[in-house]
Amino acid sequence: MSLSMPEVKRIAWLARIEISDAEAAAAQGQLNDIFKLIEQMQSVDTEGVEPMAHGQDVVQRLREDRVTEIDQHALYQSIAPQVENGLYLVPKVIE
Amino acid sequence: MDWETVIGIETHAQLSTASKIFSGAATQFGAAPNVQACAVDIALPGVLPVLNQGAVERAIRFGLAVGADINRRSVFARKNYFYPDLPKGYQISQYELPVVQGGSLTVVLEEGVKTVRLTRAHLEEDAGKSLHEDFHGMSGIDLNRAGTPLLEIVTEPDMRSAEEAVAYARALHALVRWIGICDGNMQEGSFRCDANVSVRPKGAEALGTRSEIKNLNSFRFMEEAINYEVRRQIELLEDGGTVVQETRLYDPDRKETRSMRSKEDAHDYRYFPDPDLLPLAISAETIESIRSGLPELPQAKRDRYIRDHQLSAYDAGVLTSSREVADFYEDVISALGGGYKLAATWITGELFGALKRAGLEISQSPLGSRQLAGLLQQLQDKVVNGKGAKEVFDAMWNGEGEATAIIAAKGLKQISDAGELEQVIDGVLVANPKSVEEYRAGKEKAFNALVGQAMKATRGKGNPAQINEILKKKLAG
Repeated sequence: MSLSMPEVKRIAWLARIEISDAEAAAAQGQLNDIFKLIEQMQSVDTEGVEPMAHGQDVVQRLREDRVTEIDQHALYQSIAPQVENGLYLVPKVIE
Repeated sequence: MDWETVIGIETHAQLSTASKIFSGAATQFGAAPNVQACAVDIALPGVLPVLNQGAVERAIRFGLAVGADINRRSVFARKNYFYPDLPKGYQISQYELPVVQGGSLTVVLEEGVKTVRLTRAHLEEDAGKSLHEDFHGMSGIDLNRAGTPLLEIVTEPDMRSAEEAVAYARALHALVRWIGICDGNMQEGSFRCDANVSVRPKGAEALGTRSEIKNLNSFRFMEEAINYEVRRQIELLEDGGTVVQETRLYDPDRKETRSMRSKEDAHDYRYFPDPDLLPLAISAETIESIRSGLPELPQAKRDRYIRDHQLSAYDAGVLTSSREVADFYEDVISALGGGYKLAATWITGELFGALKRAGLEISQSPLGSRQLAGLLQQLQDKVVNGKGAKEVFDAMWNGEGEATAIIAAKGLKQISDAGELEQVIDGVLVANPKSVEEYRAGKEKAFNALVGQAMKATRGKGNPAQINEILKKKLAG
């Protein structure tokens, strides 16, 4: 499997990465190298091996349902570009 | 052409935990903006999610209540999209291995019982809220809701009409409240439904192209929106058009669904397992301990009321419409030591009527279950008759105290003294010779008129059964 130029641009758009034609061409080569590596891995016989969802073979530790956080919004908002009435302000987006 | 409607429902039920699904921030509704959004919720760099045990337990509780499989191993995935109220740039959800798989919900319809199959129910986090007004061309973001635990419950396309869809949604709403996993408050967005609607020629196997209707925040809107959408699709197809797969919003003011402008590839979410979260393992012991803590479920209760209490299917259905109602009924019958039919009649009749007129829920009833039981005891013991009991009920509703006190204060004690009643009836017979004559001439109606007169003479306090008996005896003699 290899990626076409439009596919590379679409992936960049989905990830909100601005990419020039030259950069896209370079990324296409790199991505295709990665796909080659994946192809090589896929040729390994994994018959009977259960897929893992995580690199570490351990399970999730659970947290007790208790409120442990205090209100620190003033501190967090001190680094926000724009704030009003406790709200973070962002350029208008309406879906 | 005859068309068949096909509907599937997706519901987001907000789980009633104290803290968020992946952080220790509070989930209370209505807090000032961003005071319940901690570093994890606003996605500061370097933070890590830690899964809330309370959310997992509630999901399992639901799965057990609908007879589903609980996946002993389930996986959290990232659903990627960009929107300002989703600060991480992805929503943590479940994709391939949800906590709950399968199951079904039984829905009582007028024409009988229907089973709606569930596909799955998975855990995920809610997004924040965007406010688009009054910020000089900017949007305001409140992240208090970000990270609130949700259970997304998905059905198979098993419903065939708006009525069935609403009946399912109501049953689900009652169930999540019944098992205490969600407060069900639709105004506050704790229980949100989307409907996938399509039509196909009657008898066809293949499903038609569906549209997804969002923004159904009441059962009434759900019914209106689905009916509108079905009409729209049929008209479109009969005019030779095609239905486009899209998301539509219901506008309750104009009573129509509108296409939500969405980018053509907005739905490329690129799910992948979240490397920040390990697989969730659920032990058999955990499942069994949750199972043993489940209350008797609505369906089991309904069946029991019909079987053991000899209630009608209708009464049993109404009394199990919510846990509060069922608890109220059971409190009354336990205080009465029985009286199933009597309790059912008074709760579904007098009490529900009064609640409806006052716009109250049963939890807000000014009249408690013990008070009602007190009144029904007096009725059962024939201390007061039905007419008097209604007066007592009204007085108790208005906060005038307990049944026995009201009966004494208002002099509503039923007259069951045979001598006293005979005296009254003798007077009635003398005063109404015409009715007596008519009755003796075979006119049954005249008897009722005499009973009415006797009741009137006792100012409504006469024991009706006794009056009937004495009157019959005297007229025969």
